[in-house]
Amino acid sequence: MHDVLASGLQFDSDFFWQSLLHPTRPFLRGLWRTVYISVIAQAAAVVLGLGIAQMRRSRLGVWRGIAGFYIWIIRGTPLLVQLIIVYNGLAAVGVYSFSDVSIGRLTFPGVIQAAVITLAVNESAYMAEIIRAGIESVHKGQTEAALAGGMTNRQAMRWIILPQALRFIVPPLGNNFNSMMKTTSILSVIGVDELFLNAQAVSSTTFRTFEVFIAAALYYLLLTTVWSVVQTWIEGRLNADVGLVRPPSLLQRLFGGGRATPPTDTLAVAAPEAR
Amino acid sequence: MTASSVPVPQTAGDGVMVRADAVSRKLGGLQVLDGVSIEVRTGEVVCFIGPSGAGKTTFLRTVNHLEGLDSGTLTVNGRVIGYRQERGRQVEESQKEIAKQRQEIGFVFQHFNLYPHMTAAENVWHGPARVKGVPRDEAKQRAMELLTRVGLADKADAHPINLSGGQQQRVAIARALAMRPVLMLFDEPTSALDPEMVGEVLAVMRELAEENMTMLVVTHEMGFAREVADRVVIMDAGRIVEVGPPDQVFNAPQSERTRDFLSKVL
Repeated sequence: MHDVLASGLQFDSDFFWQSLLHPTRPFLRGLWRTVYISVIAQAAAVVLGLGIAQMRRSRLGVWRGIAGFYIWIIRGTPLLVQLIIVYNGLAAVGVYSFSDVSIGRLTFPGVIQAAVITLAVNESAYMAEIIRAGIESVHKGQTEAALAGGMTNRQAMRWIILPQALRFIVPPLGNNFNSMMKTTSILSVIGVDELFLNAQAVSSTTFRTFEVFIAAALYYLLLTTVWSVVQTWIEGRLNADVGLVRPPSLLQRLFGGGRATPPTDTLAVAAPEAR
Repeated sequence: MTASSVPVPQTAGDGVMVRADAVSRKLGGLQVLDGVSIEVRTGEVVCFIGPSGAGKTTFLRTVNHLEGLDSGTLTVNGRVIGYRQERGRQVEESQKEIAKQRQEIGFVFQHFNLYPHMTAAENVWHGPARVKGVPRDEAKQRAMELLTRVGLADKADAHPINLSGGQQQRVAIARALAMRPVLMLFDEPTSALDPEMVGEVLAVMRELAEENMTMLVVTHEMGFAREVADRVVIMDAGRIVEVGPPDQVFNAPQSERTRDFLSKVL
């Protein structure tokens, strides 16, 4: 190792291309874990967040208080600390210790359960605020029209408000999911064998730290890029739902993309502000 | 409030569609409605006019319980709206029951409030299909009939954002009619429209009136009120100051406040 450091630039391009184009099985497994942990945690966070957002909007102060308290705690403490409390802390005080669960041929290691739950809970606090803001961005006249049309509050929310709120929710949700995929790298501290921990393992046996982590970075970039494409498609669909055609192009989205059609403007056209 | 001198078609019950009895409502410390009483007979068209802040819109909103009451009672088609008696006290009805009551009361908003994520046709059939459980094909067919009736069959697949204000308001009327209401409420339906689009909306409303739909219309369109209304109600400061056939109210107003208001708008 000493001569490697002494002899200037030592970029092992063979090793780099090998890592990038012919990743090892464990590396691919780590990548897959990163993907499914992010997807499950984000999906759960949206569901949880929707519930908390509704509590925040409740007429009963108790519900609002509980939801506010939850958001305050979760957003006010680091994810890293939450992770260790949930996985190591709870076990240490004998409250709950995560163990592997098997469903058919699938096995969910305890550490991954802890990771998914913590990420989902952490993200749900952010999603709650995003969803609440989205719901409150929908013009008040929409709720009135739905109620006047004989819908209950629940029906109005389901058919009229949420579909419109989605246009406000998806862009920040997409941002958060982008972060989520990258944040999974800190799961390595509790020993989740994901992309980052794999890269670290390879790096510590080969000492090709630079090559390995550049390859890992490119894989993270691949994930977030794929998500950008998906998000652009979703936003295009939502625009089409209100009769707008002209979603931002992929190039716009990836490289300095302003939104072609900000949602606030378009809704204002459909439902002008009173007075 | 005496009944109109204009003959109105008689239907079930006592022929009264809307009965407001001493309806009062305070909003933000202001007495917006101060003992409003009126009976509207089935098939009657009643226009509410008066200065802004008079309580016209608030009154209209109490009729389908978008606005609650502090005191008084309101019945539509013989049913008390929004409240039930429980141990001698008035308590608010369940959400479900209120939703049911609203299904037979059409409401047309000043700002249309069409659902922007649905096409014109979907705006019209969504309620019958989803809320009332009408078979979807039937609801869609009826939506097309209604859109044809308001002259917008060719815009069935357009989204509200791609329609003019007048077209949006006509879709909104079709949407309300799709629920087969016994009563239609119009809250300044032409106030948000460009002048050249007012006529097309009023034409649809006039046609409805001719078909004997019971209509309460808050409006600043004096021409429409004079021509279409069976009775005109003048409101000021949360009270009804004068009621009568348009001829009488416009040409020989009894109250000083009516004269004062009309001198400013006519």
